[in-house]
Amino acid sequence: MKIKEFALENIPLIGLVILMILVSLASPSFLSVDNFLNILRQTSINAIIAMGMTFVILTAGIDLSVGSILAFAGAVCASMIGADTPLLVALFTTLAIGAALGAASGSIVSFFGVQPFIATLVGMTMIRGAVLVYTDGRPISTGDFEVANAFYELGGGYVAGIPIPVIIAGVVFLVCWYVLNHTRMGRHVYAIGGNEQVAKLAGVNVSAVKITVFAISGALAALAGIILTARLESAQPTAGLAYELDAIAAVVLGGTSLMGGRGRITGTLIGALIIGVLNNALNIMDVSSYFQMIAKGGVILLAVVLDRRGKTTE
Amino acid sequence: MTALLELKGVDKAFSNVRVLQKVDFVIKAGRVVALAGENGAGKSTLMKIITGIYRRDAGTMRYRGSDVQFTSARQSMDAGIAMIHQELNLLQQLTVGENIFLGREPTDRMGRIQWPVIKERSRYWLGQLKQDISPLELIANLSIAQQQMVEIARALSMNAELIIMDEPTDALTDVETKILFDVIGHLREQGKGMVFISHRLGEIFRMCDDVAILRDGAMVHQGPVSEIDEDELIRHMVGRELSQQYPYDGVKPGPVRLKVDGVSAHGVSNVSFTAHAGEVVGFAGLVGAGRTELGKAIFGANPTTAGTIEVDGAATRLRTPRDGVGAGIGYVTEDRKHEGLIQAHGLRSNMSLIGLFRFSGLLGALDKKAEKETITGYIDAFSIKTHGIDAMVSQLSGGNQQKVSIAKSLLAEPRILILDEPTRGVDVGAKREIYNLINELKSQGLCILLMSSDMPELLGISDRILVLSNGRLTGSFSRDEADQESIMRCTVAGLKEATVQ
Ligand SMILES: Nc1ncnc2c1ncn2[C@@H]1O[C@H](COP(=O)(O)OP(=O)(O)OP(=O)(O)O)[C@@H](O)[C@H]1O
Ligand SMILES: [Mg+2]
Repeated sequence: MKIKEFALENIPLIGLVILMILVSLASPSFLSVDNFLNILRQTSINAIIAMGMTFVILTAGIDLSVGSILAFAGAVCASMIGADTPLLVALFTTLAIGAALGAASGSIVSFFGVQPFIATLVGMTMIRGAVLVYTDGRPISTGDFEVANAFYELGGGYVAGIPIPVIIAGVVFLVCWYVLNHTRMGRHVYAIGGNEQVAKLAGVNVSAVKITVFAISGALAALAGIILTARLESAQPTAGLAYELDAIAAVVLGGTSLMGGRGRITGTLIGALIIGVLNNALNIMDVSSYFQMIAKGGVILLAVVLDRRGKTTE
Repeated sequence: MTALLELKGVDKAFSNVRVLQKVDFVIKAGRVVALAGENGAGKSTLMKIITGIYRRDAGTMRYRGSDVQFTSARQSMDAGIAMIHQELNLLQQLTVGENIFLGREPTDRMGRIQWPVIKERSRYWLGQLKQDISPLELIANLSIAQQQMVEIARALSMNAELIIMDEPTDALTDVETKILFDVIGHLREQGKGMVFISHRLGEIFRMCDDVAILRDGAMVHQGPVSEIDEDELIRHMVGRELSQQYPYDGVKPGPVRLKVDGVSAHGVSNVSFTAHAGEVVGFAGLVGAGRTELGKAIFGANPTTAGTIEVDGAATRLRTPRDGVGAGIGYVTEDRKHEGLIQAHGLRSNMSLIGLFRFSGLLGALDKKAEKETITGYIDAFSIKTHGIDAMVSQLSGGNQQKVSIAKSLLAEPRILILDEPTRGVDVGAKREIYNLINELKSQGLCILLMSSDMPELLGISDRILVLSNGRLTGSFSRDEADQESIMRCTVAGLKEATVQ
């Protein structure tokens, strides 16, 4: 009984473990500390975006604009670093721009009653357009001032042997977990996704909460943009293309319902890891990138179907 | 007389919690059997076993002379069993007609849906219930009582042999209840078997032939209604004697707490009244009289178009429920399922939603220990039957959900409490507890507005009764001068006026 309950509650985790066992049987080079750190580093960008996405999806929304925000934030950040802006100023400005872009989508959703799908689809297109205009379609270099070297650390540096992007993702996770599980804001997020009418009648400021979740999603996409830019040492105008899909996949793999009101941030982290392990394994096993897409889609489908079945056989 | 349906030795448990044990139950053709019992006694569960929604763990079921085992609602429906569920099961974004024929749409040989037939049949069945509702109206635009009538029409339209009604009168006023009873009378003459569940005991004696009583999942009595009286019925239900159904507590009212002056809003026109601290003001009226709309207008959930509202002498602008909560107003909705509780969430998060500020400190960090203590306290005080503080609300019995809904409002410690049908679906014992609670809140100085369709209840515990009709105030009675008849006259007064105009 206990075991069965645990299993039903933790299908994503079990999926991850099974996946790792299978991969390590197929390819011995998978099991090494270096490879694990590598996976974690590769996963961190998607994980950060997906955690922001979790907030939005919990309110029964969706954010398609994260990939574009990532690129925009990266471009702005790169040009600031290239102009010798102090590091902290550049970082906070970039995060603020991401939050503002998210808040704009949230406002459109709240005040004009536009579906999140549509509002952020428009945002995705317009922001990507803005990126192309701003960069003129060319990469933006981060220049060669002193500050650039400090900036690169954010993407490629280590602290105590752990990649800095992984540490950042870890901190983001802890903060998100705390907010969702231990604050009033977190309860309001779940309540709105569970039943918006009930939340409204309970005095929850539904518009403010919705704007906030989109702002969180935007800020975290910008953070991912900073890390990616630091890692590549330049901002690419096409950065983050289709990243929203991997982020949504991670959230769904983690057991969060697209209908809102149900899900956990831990699940999202595991979902992101599943995608990360899968990418890594397919690479190690030398599967062509075309087949990789097919395999990835198949695994996501399988996981979601299993999760559904687990929940309905109650 | 032979049994239409007979259950023997039925057991049922949900995740190891026993809900029914060794239940025997007989339904006869041409008779109405009442199924009575406290909240959570297992009435709805037993009915869902009959209709194949739940699977019984043990026991047999004979229907029209042969053993049956339904595995879906569909099968029992095809076998001629219709059920009106306790919780409304209508699709809000479909029309009345579409809902009535959902899953049974009449089609022609090409498989095309015959809309004219749906319209005509819907109109016919609604007409039997004396309801002037268009089959093309969206369910979402109907009041709860009207939705209930649509549910009833849906069950009738199945031409079933056995009709199960799980608290059908719950959302109805006397007028609609009378109409329903006339219809039940006809069905009885046609030889149909019926099960009738209600927490309004008077209805059982008025309408039913037999009564069966469940207590804690066991059948403790079954026999003709004529051989039992109300006290005995209650004794069987709760297992002990209950004194005085409507405890009234004459508290000396304090200063004016709420002043409503010339308020108009959707469904409300030019209503003025005052209510005091330590006073229970009852609101009577027919379905659609504007009681819910008035309650929502005062709370901020129904924007006012004219008039002013003062709380404790200070004019307040109430434009959203948030303003209402901020002004110290609590509102308990009549529509628990859509407006009151998040069905798929746990009891804890539902109950503390409005009152979260009580447990939150810096940056909204929650003191979960204090939250847990408070909520456990309310669960005990209200004797809410649940297998845990995080049990999903949808798994609680209807009456227990109602208690959670009231507790949820109280957690925010309001000064004014608006109760819209607070005892809907609540058993006798728990009703008493709610009345006692109302009295206690009253003595603590709360100002309580009580909207209820249960006239004895309104007369029993209000200090003053205001009557609404067609959105206007048409009468005001002190406790001593109020009686059923004069109130009834006022409830229809506005209607006549409206037709004259
Ligand atoms: N799906 C379910 N899962 C778990 N427990 C359930 C479920 N449905 C009902 N129960 C439990 O079974 C018991 C009986 O519930 P039931 O709904 O039959 O009561 P009831 O007699 O209809 O009460 P009421 O008068 O309040 O409607 C309750 O304790 C309830 O919590
Ligand atoms: Mg019930």
